[in-house]
Amino acid sequence: MAERSALSTMWARVQTWEGFLVCALIFIVLMNTALSPQFMTLTNQINLFQLSIEKIIVALVMTFVIINAEIDLSVGSMIGLAACAFGFLFQAGVDPVLAIGIVLVIGALGGALNGVFIAYVGLPSLVVTLATLIGFRGLARVLVEDRGITDFPEWFDALGQKGLVGPIPFALIAFFVLFAVLWVVLQRSGFGRQTYVIGTNREVAAFAGIDTARHKLILFTGSGLVSAFAGLLYAARVGAVRGDVALGFELDIITMVLLGGVSIFGGSGTMLGTLLAILIVLNLRNGMALLNITGHIQTGVIGILLIASVLLPRLNLGKWLGSPASREPSA
Amino acid sequence: MRFLASLNPQTLRILALLLVLALVVLFFSTQINNYLNGRLFNRISSSVAIMALIATAQTLVILTRNIDLSVGSVVGFTAFATGSMIASFPNLHPLLLVSYSMLIGACFGAFNGFFVAYARVPAIIVTLATLALFRSLLVEFADGRSITSSQLPQWLTSFPNTRLLEIGQFQFRASFVVAVIVVITVHIALQKLRAARKLYAIGSNPEAAAMAGINQKATVFIAFVCAGALAGLAGFMFLARFGNITVVAGLGFELKSVAAAVVGGVNIFGGSGTVLGALIGAVLVDLIETSLVRWPLVSEFWREAVLGALILTAVALDAIVMRRLIALRAAKHHEKREKEIGTEPVVEARDG
Repeated sequence: MAERSALSTMWARVQTWEGFLVCALIFIVLMNTALSPQFMTLTNQINLFQLSIEKIIVALVMTFVIINAEIDLSVGSMIGLAACAFGFLFQAGVDPVLAIGIVLVIGALGGALNGVFIAYVGLPSLVVTLATLIGFRGLARVLVEDRGITDFPEWFDALGQKGLVGPIPFALIAFFVLFAVLWVVLQRSGFGRQTYVIGTNREVAAFAGIDTARHKLILFTGSGLVSAFAGLLYAARVGAVRGDVALGFELDIITMVLLGGVSIFGGSGTMLGTLLAILIVLNLRNGMALLNITGHIQTGVIGILLIASVLLPRLNLGKWLGSPASREPSA
Repeated sequence: MRFLASLNPQTLRILALLLVLALVVLFFSTQINNYLNGRLFNRISSSVAIMALIATAQTLVILTRNIDLSVGSVVGFTAFATGSMIASFPNLHPLLLVSYSMLIGACFGAFNGFFVAYARVPAIIVTLATLALFRSLLVEFADGRSITSSQLPQWLTSFPNTRLLEIGQFQFRASFVVAVIVVITVHIALQKLRAARKLYAIGSNPEAAAMAGINQKATVFIAFVCAGALAGLAGFMFLARFGNITVVAGLGFELKSVAAAVVGGVNIFGGSGTVLGALIGAVLVDLIETSLVRWPLVSEFWREAVLGALILTAVALDAIVMRRLIALRAAKHHEKREKEIGTEPVVEARDG
């Protein structure tokens, strides 16, 4: 009997959206391992993270933003602006460590700019961040014009390209630390709970005494800050910056978050879901790349996956795939 | 202030946009030598023709509380497919070719519309996915080839710049005239046709629209199909204008079209806005972009930065001014009703 109840608990877990994602992930990993001998090597596994590190780091904060029923389209441009600002400052002879600090401040200020217009002027985030998507990208181009900036200090490049602990690079460690911190904040703290409440119903949240405007300001500032950090990681990883760094990243990032089961209408989703979606997207792309399938087709496959992720729970396979209700936070 | 308050908010918005447009032209004419002449009009009018169509398509969808992020991919695919078609069958009748473009666009629109209206997947998710999907279809279809203008017949490549009408220095080129005719047709349809008014009804209050017996699913579906057909037409114009088409054609048009619509006063949450506004929005964005490149005081790299700032300012100002005006109208309406009743003012909670 005990064995049976353990089985049914497991079955209950599989029924949630996260459970479905885990099954999909296992399937993809097994397929990849069977199809390509290079897949399961440590180098490939690290590479797989390393190549998309900027996107997956920003996807973590985007989870907060979308659960809050907002959207931040400006992240790709902020990654680009941060990378270019670092290049600009470095070329102007500013000490690299100071430059890193300044870039992070720029990120926070850019995010706060979004936040003020959204939270205090009351404009829709889609419109505000669309405008800053264009604006931040423009500033990036102003800073580097049509040059490429390279020749960063060796330690800075090493941070992005070499292993910090054994073969594991700094960026990967940063990703998991950020994930752990944000998991605690979203799933275990008052701020996280407020994020869900505001995302479910802003008016109700305001009646419940939550300062929704301040909350949104903090959220968007955080989004800008993390995007700027991702921009620095880009500069270190590639060792060069240009005006078109991270062009179009916003769509990939949002796709990852939505695939993770975060509702576009806000109020539901989990950090774990986003992590699983990130792993699925990375492994799927990597598997396809090993099979020589081109980038545009890969993106197309991810697109199909995105529609499927919303449709599947609806088709009343819901009974065994997890109904939308089970996609709500368990916390 | 009284006069302003008596105007319809939509008319007011268009007047305000025209005023801003005039101010921008005036400003740049003091900054750039030889700015204010017919060539400016000719330049802007021919470059805005494609975006005007895409912004119109976007507006139809936004009015119903949805969004179409796949328009850029639809434009790219249609331009490529139309190019291959005419390259294989050079004697095809122009009207057949245009219908072909619009049909392809409409099919893509129907795909989006089916998932949004009938499968009830949020438009932002569907079109985010089809943005990638349609582009990868194009990559498959193109298979490494690209369309070059030498493959295209003479009539097609010379069409956009054909001068239909010339008044002094002002040339009305075919592409611009077609775009304006389409925009005005759609505008009149949206204002006068009962079927088209459903878009506004659904966008401003879906529940009320459903209660009024409007078939929401069919209407949203048709909005996407029409938007697709317009994007297809834009693809045709894109092919005619540029001649050389690769798989990246139309990349990034989705966000530009949303920007043009929003600057033109189309409410991103549906229910209000006009395609005329979207056209002026597209002109404004294009005018600023083009003029900044010619402004000697700033380097051309400032173009996007200033554009972003301007969109943000325009939208913020619009929101603040409109809020005030609507409050003013409400107050006036209230005052009038008080006079009519002629008794103690009745304070209703929703007016305050």
